[in-house]
Amino acid sequence: MIRDITIGQYYQTKSVIHELDPRVKLMGTLVFIISLFLGKSVWMYLAVTAFLAVIIKLSNVPLKFIVKGLKAVLILIIFSAAFNLFLTDGEVVVRLWKLKITKEGIYQAVFMVIRLMYLIMGSSLMTLTTTPNNLTDGLEKSLGFLKVIKVPVHEIAMMMSIALRFIPILIEETDKIMKAQMARGADFENGNLVKRAKAMIPVLVPLFISAFRRANELAMAMEARCYHGSEGRTKMKPLKYKKNDRIAYGVLAAYLCAMIALNIFLGGRII
Amino acid sequence: MGIVKTKDLTFEYIRRDEEGNVEGITTAVDHVNIDLQAGQFIAVLGHNGSGKSTLAKHFNALVSPTEGTVWVDGMDTKEDDKILDIRQTAGMVFQNPDNQIICTLVEEEVGFGPENIGVPTDEIWQRVADSLQAVGMYSFRKASPNKLSGGQKQRVAIAGIVAMKPKCIILDEPTAMLDPSGRKEVISVLHELNEKENVTIILITHYMEEVIDADRVFVMDAGKIMMEGTPRQIFSNVEHLKELRLDVPQVTELAYELKKAGVPLPDGILTKEEFTLALKRLVMQNGD
Repeated sequence: MIRDITIGQYYQTKSVIHELDPRVKLMGTLVFIISLFLGKSVWMYLAVTAFLAVIIKLSNVPLKFIVKGLKAVLILIIFSAAFNLFLTDGEVVVRLWKLKITKEGIYQAVFMVIRLMYLIMGSSLMTLTTTPNNLTDGLEKSLGFLKVIKVPVHEIAMMMSIALRFIPILIEETDKIMKAQMARGADFENGNLVKRAKAMIPVLVPLFISAFRRANELAMAMEARCYHGSEGRTKMKPLKYKKNDRIAYGVLAAYLCAMIALNIFLGGRII
Repeated sequence: MGIVKTKDLTFEYIRRDEEGNVEGITTAVDHVNIDLQAGQFIAVLGHNGSGKSTLAKHFNALVSPTEGTVWVDGMDTKEDDKILDIRQTAGMVFQNPDNQIICTLVEEEVGFGPENIGVPTDEIWQRVADSLQAVGMYSFRKASPNKLSGGQKQRVAIAGIVAMKPKCIILDEPTAMLDPSGRKEVISVLHELNEKENVTIILITHYMEEVIDADRVFVMDAGKIMMEGTPRQIFSNVEHLKELRLDVPQVTELAYELKKAGVPLPDGILTKEEFTLALKRLVMQNGD
């Protein structure tokens, strides 16, 4: 189950997209999401599809890998499709007992499915092509303006990167504790949902205790190495825009303008 | 005054019950007076709960003394504005390698300390390369720390401290969670740093074998310094060490028992080589 979620994972390969500055990729994701929700026309969706296809091709990440990430949100997609299908008013096409399917409903449902799918694909593409550290660096830099209103941007970014580092360690620890409890006769596989959830308590309690102890020790180790927040801190790998990053910004701006123009040109037409 | 000096250093833990009432006071460090000389390899021995870790934390200003004073390179650890300087002068390596590695890449991990003290970017790269080479982990610079062995992780942690160019490195049982080969790796790296870079090493441990090559040894029990001297002086006193619930190296113990049984061997034999030499000499003498 955990392995199905591709959001937040990193796919190691070489590509133009991988080498872009994380700030460009964050901005790109934002532009993509805006363009996705901009219009309600088939032509708009075709344009978005073309854009996404080009980016995926450039990223060298296999399509299969990206699509796999959709599995985790399949239920959400089905639900929103069903709601849109049956609950939109308009020209009735089919009537089933008390439920009715309208032409508008069909359009809405299809568009909603496409939007959700592209939303997941677009944002997972960003994390697939950016290392976690790079991503937090990018977030820290692009949200730096929030420091003015006293948001601890650096601290939040640091917490994120530490959390990412400890994921494999805590998974390993969970595994160890589960085995230790199994050796004492714990049963995680049989019984109904409630029973199995209850069986997790003897795993979670030691896991939490050890996580707190680790956090305590890590904080001490960081302090011992002179960590005192972002003040007076230099960067080993400062983010710098390169030629490709400037081109990418240009492409993004052109894409957004084109989408806005297309939307105005199409007016309210769906097809 | 040496690199680290304490005067009447005392530290007390207050034990509380579940309602927060004071149950009692444990004195972890009890009126300790030591003066550690720069450039030496110093070992602090003691069994669990002897207060040696608490003592070490004082040297890095991680805890503040209840009574008495600690000076690190002449700076009082009670002065808040000196804390960063003190931590830069006296770096600290902890027991659990997993819980002191902060970054997801070896080179970034080593760069973390220099980043914190505001070293310019180019110099950070230089320091990271130098210190990784010093501990023999340069070829792993692009690896993830999660994939390293315990000894390698601990060497990366040491490199992370070395990159801050400290005068002194304090290690709080750095080998307690390692296998014998990892233990050997770490100790030999420490000796190399001590000899080549002239860094003062303060090694807190309960493994006797790691103490043999130290310049000076302190033995702690119940928060007090019980013995002080060169390894040879310390290990000559097998009886006293046993009273303090400490073992002596196997060879030393064998020599001690033989001597007790009437074989005329010298005091404080530390290595197998010394022991065989002494035995040979004995056989030769008897042969005459």
